[in-house]
Amino acid sequence: MLTKRIIPCLDVKDGRVVKGVNFVGLRDAGDPVEIAKRYDAQGADEVTFLDITATSDDRDLILHIIEAVADQVFIPLTVGGGVRAVADVRRLLNAGADKVGINSAAVSNPQLVAEAASKYGSQCIVVAIDAKRVSRDGELPRWEIFTHGGRQPTGIDAVEWAVKMNELGAGELLLTSMDRDGTRSGFDLALTRAVSDAVSIPVIASGGVGGLQDLADGILQGHADAVLAASIFHFGQHTVQEAKTLMAAQGISVRM
Amino acid sequence: MSTVSTVAILDYGMGNLRSVAQAMRTAAPDVNVIITGEPDQVRAADRLILPGQGAMPDCMANLRSSGLLEALSEGAKNKPLLGVCVGEQMLFGAAEEGRSHGLGWLDGSVVRFRLDDAVDHNGARLKVPHMGWNRVKQTRDHALWAGVPDEAYFYFVHSYYVQPNDELLTVGVSDYGHSFTCAVARDNIFATQFHPEKSGVFGLQVYRNFASWMPN
Repeated sequence: MLTKRIIPCLDVKDGRVVKGVNFVGLRDAGDPVEIAKRYDAQGADEVTFLDITATSDDRDLILHIIEAVADQVFIPLTVGGGVRAVADVRRLLNAGADKVGINSAAVSNPQLVAEAASKYGSQCIVVAIDAKRVSRDGELPRWEIFTHGGRQPTGIDAVEWAVKMNELGAGELLLTSMDRDGTRSGFDLALTRAVSDAVSIPVIASGGVGGLQDLADGILQGHADAVLAASIFHFGQHTVQEAKTLMAAQGISVRM
Repeated sequence: MSTVSTVAILDYGMGNLRSVAQAMRTAAPDVNVIITGEPDQVRAADRLILPGQGAMPDCMANLRSSGLLEALSEGAKNKPLLGVCVGEQMLFGAAEEGRSHGLGWLDGSVVRFRLDDAVDHNGARLKVPHMGWNRVKQTRDHALWAGVPDEAYFYFVHSYYVQPNDELLTVGVSDYGHSFTCAVARDNIFATQFHPEKSGVFGLQVYRNFASWMPN
């Protein structure tokens, strides 16, 4: 049986791993290679790097980081952030990334997803979706997607967008709740389930993990295929192994 | 009197060659590992790795136009050959995807997962691609399984899988909605649907075994 994946996420800025709250207030969390090795040793199923470098000036740093990590860590690596063209996908894959995340650029140019998937295969194209709840209490829940680190509304319905990205050739979706990210109050389970049940490709739940039960809930209630978290792992609160032990105890198939 | 053995990873424009090379180097530091698109280097190598990612029709088209096919065909007759992912699928014949024909060296076809109505025990849909870590049951003994526990986890990411016509080709199966062949072998050929270069210590063990494999 296919196991559910636990994916530690490393936000990378200027060559260091950082962690913020609601996309602001960054704290230094350490060296990317050392952290990736630690997660590999703990049993992480993949590692995701998000390049949140503010300007394109320092963007090439991430290529060296991916090369250094891929030389020492033999589990899948996903890299996102700042991907605007098919050439960016190629450079990241050549550096050792297995999957490349496309976010804002997919909104401004959906054909980029189709082109990249056609050229390199759906298996390496992850579309990152940042969604925010826009319905009021009592209304049917509805989410819209935001771009540019969550600052820019688009008016696009998140579930419809997910289906469209699936159809264009995305191999996986990285779904982040903007409302929950950094709050440690758990995934937006309704959002996760709505998207996961609507598409035929795997969905990674992201945004809001504050404890291990949140990870299990993302699988059991959110129907996610994988769960992503950052701060509960970076600052030593929990290990990936502890997360898997708890998930296994609740009947979730995990790689131990 | 021993000379350094050379493993050639075929570079025909597809796949994550760097990861395969780095895994091979890490698993077998004594081996000379090269990534090459030169037929002469392929002919001079002792062992060949055929990687492949993306769509099989594209991989076949690139392989045919790369100029490497003849050297690969010669090598496949007697050198240890390891196929990975689409590199496994291409060894077979008919494929559904784009009606492209593979190399036809192994008898069978390449088919897509059809899991539209399938759900897991939690009621969640089974997604395609089959992406993540799954157990591999070793259905036959093989030198490349040495040191790898039966039912060990390997990393998969694929929408298609091979269906050998001769069940003796299958050396490993996995389960996703149904049982499917995920490793095949015959004579000097061994090939996997999963990615040993992304499968941690047991994946490295497969590469280590390949580096010293002496097929009969």
